[in-house]
Amino acid sequence: MTAVTATATTQDAPDARPGSRRSWAWLGILPFLVFSGLFLLLPISFLVIGSFVDRSGSLTLQNYADLSRPDIVLAFRTTIEVSLVSALAGTFVGFLMAYAVILAGLPKWLRAPLVTFAGVASNFAGVPLALAFIFTLGQLGLVTLFLRDTFGIYLYQQGFSLYTQVGLELVYVYFQLPLMILIIAPAIDGLKRDWREAAENLGASPRQYWRYVALPILMPSLMGAAILLFGNAFGAQATAYQLTGGTIPILAVKIGAQISGDVLRNVGLGYAMAMGMVVVMGVAIGCYIVLQRKAERWSR
Amino acid sequence: MSEQAAARSAQRRRGSAIWWVVLLVGVAYFTVPLVATLQFSLRTKVPFAAYTNVLQDPVFWSRLGYSAMCAVCTIVLSVALVVPTAYWVRLKVPRLRPVVEFITLLPFVIPPVVLVFGLIRVYSGNPIPLVATELGSTALLVAAYVVLSLPYMYRAVDTGLRSIDSQSLTEAAQSLGAGWPTIILRVILPNVRGAVLSGAFLTFAIVMGEFTIANFLFRPAFGPYLSLLGNSKTYEPAAVSLISFGLTWVAMAMIAIVGRQSRGRVSAVGVR
Repeated sequence: MTAVTATATTQDAPDARPGSRRSWAWLGILPFLVFSGLFLLLPISFLVIGSFVDRSGSLTLQNYADLSRPDIVLAFRTTIEVSLVSALAGTFVGFLMAYAVILAGLPKWLRAPLVTFAGVASNFAGVPLALAFIFTLGQLGLVTLFLRDTFGIYLYQQGFSLYTQVGLELVYVYFQLPLMILIIAPAIDGLKRDWREAAENLGASPRQYWRYVALPILMPSLMGAAILLFGNAFGAQATAYQLTGGTIPILAVKIGAQISGDVLRNVGLGYAMAMGMVVVMGVAIGCYIVLQRKAERWSR
Repeated sequence: MSEQAAARSAQRRRGSAIWWVVLLVGVAYFTVPLVATLQFSLRTKVPFAAYTNVLQDPVFWSRLGYSAMCAVCTIVLSVALVVPTAYWVRLKVPRLRPVVEFITLLPFVIPPVVLVFGLIRVYSGNPIPLVATELGSTALLVAAYVVLSLPYMYRAVDTGLRSIDSQSLTEAAQSLGAGWPTIILRVILPNVRGAVLSGAFLTFAIVMGEFTIANFLFRPAFGPYLSLLGNSKTYEPAAVSLISFGLTWVAMAMIAIVGRQSRGRVSAVGVR
């Protein structure tokens, strides 16, 4: 009889313990769950649900069908173009700059100040950044006046304007480039000198080394970085708002206008636009995470 | 062989000249807008008038103070929320790690303008009309900033926790009779101080420069103040932009200082 009870308890014990823990331990993160529920998940759910409801309150897909309105298609296209151009420019130049101070043989001490500055510059965005570029390349900007007075070239008569899509892309690169330097530096650190020496000893030219060794290793990092930069620009609102005030159809600025007043004449359409932004961002960040995991293989 | 080596080093030298050019062009692109802003702020007839005007303007100080107050509240709340959660996930409920990580990643996916859109829609009506009052709007602003800080704060604290043996520390503290509040406040927190501080300074930089959310909640914050100033004054915005840049610089310098002493690091992605 005792033997039976003993086996019964030993069989029960391993099950019962984690079982009783499982039911209470999660309570430790309840404050976090409540907070993120109230101020993150609830607002987003509100937008998700709202995007499937029409003005009379019944379920509809019309809001998503309305995303094909020409002005909204244009906003998506412009935002994607600006994000893509600034991301590619930032990826390319940022990579070259990081490579220059890490592996290209420039003095080692250059790295620390460049990385520190990149940390500051990647956070110097929004309103003050837009203003700084107005002081640089606006009609009365330092560079504009310098070119006019020294070389007789007045940019604004040559067809250039800061308040255009090209101007906006130029401004966005200011926070893209340093972010690229910050995220690609560890990947460049991961390029081991041995690999280059091994390639050279096997008779590889620099071109072959890059084509068959360095770029394949760096590719996941580079692509991941480019995608992160894309998302970084895609969600930006303040810079574009301050610089152009809405003359360039940027999605975030358009949604902002919708918050202030019903400019789309349809709240549900505003929700659908917001969802469109979230989907694009979600795909971008998802790709970034996958590529980052791939890239980590080499950093061990 | 030596010929080949000489050729190679000559090639390297030519190569490094190109890299210098790349670096200098990049650095010029970084610095010219700052120099232009400085030069613009000094174009006033009376020397330094832009700065003296701004520094004597009580509105400037009240907006700066408001944002600083929001930053401090955000940091305290964020730390109070993230440190126990990250610790608890690591120690007791590793099963829930994917859930917590997913939630802390969401603010990267949801642009601030979309977040504030949702917040306004939810909290402008019943049952919790936060937007209707000053205090409620400020509380909502701080809550939104805490949400923005989650990705950095969580990742920094989690990295910090990885480098300490929280299991042993907890058991040691418990065997000495410590309760949970004591363990978190006096054992865990001091051990991840570096990570918490770098997360805090990054949050400070983000909150001080934030525009979008504060603007749509009609808050008297620093970002909207600078934006309005940019549309109404000529030289003062340049001065305030530089001050804003200086604030970011100080916050990043603090991160670099605490980062040198600790293992927890933050990735820097600000608010555009």
